[in-house]
Amino acid sequence: MHWYMLTLIGKDRPRIVAQITAALFEGGCNLGEASMLRLGGNFAVMLMVKFAGSKATLTHLITAVAESMELHLHIDSIDAKLHQHMLPDVSISVYGADRAGIVAKVTGVLAEAGLHILDLESDVAGTETSPIYVMHIEGKAQQGIPNLESALDSIRQQGIEVRLTPIDTLVG
Amino acid sequence: MALLPVLTFPDPRLKERSNPVEVFDAELQSFIADLEQTLRSSPGGVGIAAPQVGRLQRIVIVDVSGKPNIQHHGRLILINPEIDSWEGMVKGREGCMSVPDFTGNVIRADSITLRAHDVLGQPRQYDMRGYEARAVQHECDHLDGLLFLDRLVSRRHDLFPRKK
Ligand SMILES: [Zn+2]
Repeated sequence: MHWYMLTLIGKDRPRIVAQITAALFEGGCNLGEASMLRLGGNFAVMLMVKFAGSKATLTHLITAVAESMELHLHIDSIDAKLHQHMLPDVSISVYGADRAGIVAKVTGVLAEAGLHILDLESDVAGTETSPIYVMHIEGKAQQGIPNLESALDSIRQQGIEVRLTPIDTLVG
Repeated sequence: MALLPVLTFPDPRLKERSNPVEVFDAELQSFIADLEQTLRSSPGGVGIAAPQVGRLQRIVIVDVSGKPNIQHHGRLILINPEIDSWEGMVKGREGCMSVPDFTGNVIRADSITLRAHDVLGQPRQYDMRGYEARAVQHECDHLDGLLFLDRLVSRRHDLFPRKK
C-alpha cells in the first residue's frame, strides 16, 4: 500500500465529492486526510489516497469520472503517515482593505518571528469597488507567542487589523 | 494503586450514561486513587471521568492548577456532579484522552455553578469560570455519554469569537 495525494480542480457543481469518492472506493482505495472547498466558483480537492497499485493504475481508475466532471487531475506519490498531526498553539486573524502584498507582508513577518503555519484560510469579501481581505491562520509559534505579538506591531501600523489568540488545548 | 487503561472511541462504553454513586466506601476511595493516578500519568491531562476507564459511575476528577494565571479550585473530586446554571458562551479548543490525535473547537458556558459530593459523600457547591468551568463541562459530558466530538463547531469563520 502506498499514499498518493490527489488534486482535482474544476468548475464547481453538485456531486463532485460523491462521484470521485465512489470511484476511489470501488477501485479499492482508502482515503486519508482531505481538504475540499469552493474557491472563486471552482471546487478544489486535496485528498490523501492509500492504494496498492501504481500511479498509472490510480490515474486510470479516476480519469473517466474526473473527465466527465471536467476536473483537472493531478496525482503525486507522497511519503505520508496518518496520526502525525501537529497541535497549533496560536491562531491569527487578519483583516483589512484588500491590497497587493497583504498576505506576503503578514506571513513574511510571522515567518521571521518563528511561526510555522499549519492551516491558512483566506477570503476576499466586501464589494467589487471596496474589497476586504480576511485571513485566518493557525500555527505553531516556534520562538514563542510574545515574539509573534511584537512582530505584528509593524503590520498594525500599516492599518491592517490583526488579532493573535493563543490556543490552549484542554485535554480531558 | 494502579494505572487504569483508558478507553478510546469507538468503544461503546464511552457513549453510555453513567449511574449515580450511592455507596461512599473504601472501594470507592481506592478506585478514585487509581483514577487520579491515571489522570496524572497522562501528559497535559486536566480531567478524567470514570467512564473513560470503563466504570460507568458519575465520578469526575478535575485539576487545572498546573495552568498559569487562571482561577481554580485546585484538585477537585466531583461525585454525582450537577451543573445548576450556565452563563456566557466561549469557544475553545479541546482534545480528549479517549479521542487520540484530534482536537477541535467546542462552545462551552463561560461560568457555571455546580453541586457535587466529595469522596466522603459530603455535599459541596462551586462557582467556577473559564478554563476550569470548561474542564468540568467536558468531564460531566462523559457521564452522559457525550464526547467533545458531539459538540464540534467549525474552525472556519473564526474571526470574532467574542467573550461575553
Ligand atoms: Zn474527554
